[in-house]
Amino acid sequence: MRSMLKTSVAALATAAVMATGAFAAGHAEPLTGDLRINLDTSNPAPRATMEAMIARFQAKHPDLNITTTVIDREAYKTQIRNFLSADAPDVLTWYAANRMRPYVEAGLLEDVSDMWAEGTDIAQELASTKGAMTIDGKQWGVPYTYYQWGIYYRKDIYEELGLKEPANFDEMVANCEAMIASGRKCYTIGTKWLWTASGWFDYLNMRTHGFDFHMQMARGEIAWTDDRVRQTFANWRRLVDLGAFVDDHQNKDWQQSLPFLVDGSAGAILKGNFAVAPLREAGLTDDQLDFHQFPSITEGVALAEDAPTDTFHIAAGAQNKKAARAFLAHMASAEEQSIINNGENLGQLPVNANASIDDDKFLKEGFAMLSSNSPGGVAQFFDRDFPAEMAKAAMEGMQEFMVFPDNLDDILARLESVRQDVY
Amino acid sequence: MATTTTNAKPRAQQGWYKRNEIAVTPWLFLIPGIAMFALYVILPVFQSFYLSLFEWDGLGSLSTHGEYVGLDHYEKLFTRDRAFNISLWNNLKWLIFYLLAIPGGLMVALFLNQKVFGIRLYKSLFFFPFVISQIVVGLVFTWFYDPQFGLSNWLIGLVGIPPVNILGNPTTATYGIIAAGLWPQTAYCMILYLTGLNAVDPEQVEAARLDGAKGHKMLWYIIIPQLKPATFIAFVVTIIGALRSFDLISIMTNGGPFGSTRVLSFYMFEKSLSEYGFKMGYGAAIAVVLFMIMLVFIGYFLWSMYQDEKAAGH
Repeated sequence: MRSMLKTSVAALATAAVMATGAFAAGHAEPLTGDLRINLDTSNPAPRATMEAMIARFQAKHPDLNITTTVIDREAYKTQIRNFLSADAPDVLTWYAANRMRPYVEAGLLEDVSDMWAEGTDIAQELASTKGAMTIDGKQWGVPYTYYQWGIYYRKDIYEELGLKEPANFDEMVANCEAMIASGRKCYTIGTKWLWTASGWFDYLNMRTHGFDFHMQMARGEIAWTDDRVRQTFANWRRLVDLGAFVDDHQNKDWQQSLPFLVDGSAGAILKGNFAVAPLREAGLTDDQLDFHQFPSITEGVALAEDAPTDTFHIAAGAQNKKAARAFLAHMASAEEQSIINNGENLGQLPVNANASIDDDKFLKEGFAMLSSNSPGGVAQFFDRDFPAEMAKAAMEGMQEFMVFPDNLDDILARLESVRQDVY
Repeated sequence: MATTTTNAKPRAQQGWYKRNEIAVTPWLFLIPGIAMFALYVILPVFQSFYLSLFEWDGLGSLSTHGEYVGLDHYEKLFTRDRAFNISLWNNLKWLIFYLLAIPGGLMVALFLNQKVFGIRLYKSLFFFPFVISQIVVGLVFTWFYDPQFGLSNWLIGLVGIPPVNILGNPTTATYGIIAAGLWPQTAYCMILYLTGLNAVDPEQVEAARLDGAKGHKMLWYIIIPQLKPATFIAFVVTIIGALRSFDLISIMTNGGPFGSTRVLSFYMFEKSLSEYGFKMGYGAAIAVVLFMIMLVFIGYFLWSMYQDEKAAGH
């Protein structure tokens, strides 16, 4: 993952050379039989996108009998273990990195390293995420979309107060002080489902100590009571003590935190690009809403980003693995990724280096940031990089810290004891 | 010789079933029920205990992926797991405060036990919260408690109390959820008492009145003793309801803020089945503890019913 920059630049360069239609080769032999697909894309837009994408695959393989099951996105997270072991589909959606580890280790996902072998299109065009798809030296699926995280802010309010996009943490804090002086909150957040708080930790930790330190923590090599971890929390505390975050965030989910940004009672939000669509729907124009990268904290620490990747996998118990592989290849193709990620569909970034990025302000900015201004590396997201049990306990601790920062010692001691159990 | 001229064969020649008909038939009728109960209730109890001795993530089969750890899970639960302690305390809070539904239900029932025009409508309206889903109750109360636009803060604002965030504060959140749970549970107890009140013997009430009993005395010495069966059932369902409280917690706080509203059933779910939970063995150990607590109450209920049956002369 560390070499994301280099590889994606390399992949971009090869893009010009590569012939188009490279995937046609895989479709020579007609596919028959059943193909069962389980999807977690239950929101209306992603659902329609996926259905259209499957229809295009069907058109290429008319003899294939495709059955699609769409499961509610949240429910999917708990149902996956049931259907994988009891009634395995051929193809399923899931997430990269540690989130797929339990299923890989239980032998429930198909090893698709053959699709990633040197010289294949996937190996060239999706090289940037190979690391996130790799466990034990093998690849276990293909990515179809990812999105940047960063600070989405109200440009009009910043301008009104004469503020600029912060270049470092001190400026960020100074901006925040000005924002509070104007009677607003700096950042809106809803931590009821915990993961939003860990977004802040990811960035504060990666900016304070860098990507490698963050990943060492994810692997359990660093004690939570380590002074460096405390330093990250001390930076966080600067914001908490200012009153930077909206009140009562522990009762709100992330959707409920958005109105504060829309009505201008908060100036910014740290969030993934999926927040843009609901904010636009709520009436914010592109003149009002803007994006900036999370600023540097410790000088000299290479910037690293969170960019969660959503993926397709083949179940180990799949009945039609040949068709499933063809489907994954279809999903990975530049052509398909350009379509499904454009503004009318998912509104996210294609993983395939040859795919075109939609002409959208935030997507362009995000792509530029990830491909040229994230030299430190690209992380998946806290709850995808850290093992489930550690992530759960830590996110709970972070939520508590944001409400009662004085409890920090207790929280860190607790997390340290969880770490010793988990790893 | 042929003194008795019947076709009946001597006992020894009758079939086994014919000879034991009286003893066997009830069991035959019970077999389907017993089989179901054994398969779906008794067996899983032992399975849970067995499972709790293993470290297993629920993926792959227990025999190949599970690791035997003995009583480690219990040792951890009782010595090192603070979340478990919090859950246990919250269960206790639920057990105690949820019982308020019983006097609450009695009061509403007494209030509604009159013959006025339209009383049936009022009764059904009071019963309504029990009919709607717990999820809906949870949502309604979440909005009610909302610190920004909730009615509860407006209400306490009327008497000059500053706004509070009931569900966001770890010390009050559990009580907030219990209060939400009391709403439907009170309705349930109310309906139990309403039927109980129908069975109150009017002659006894008349006799008591002649002896000069009224008001509290009438209620305490005449009515409530006659409501004993209703009180018993109300007690049973409320205790069981308190121990299985799950949906309200899940919908109102999801165990938060920072795990302060967990109870055992929720914690078990979280550890073994939720998004981040892959510890089947640990979850099973929590389930076993919960079962042991329930067993105390179930034992008491069974014993008390047995005593009643005995007193009734069976």
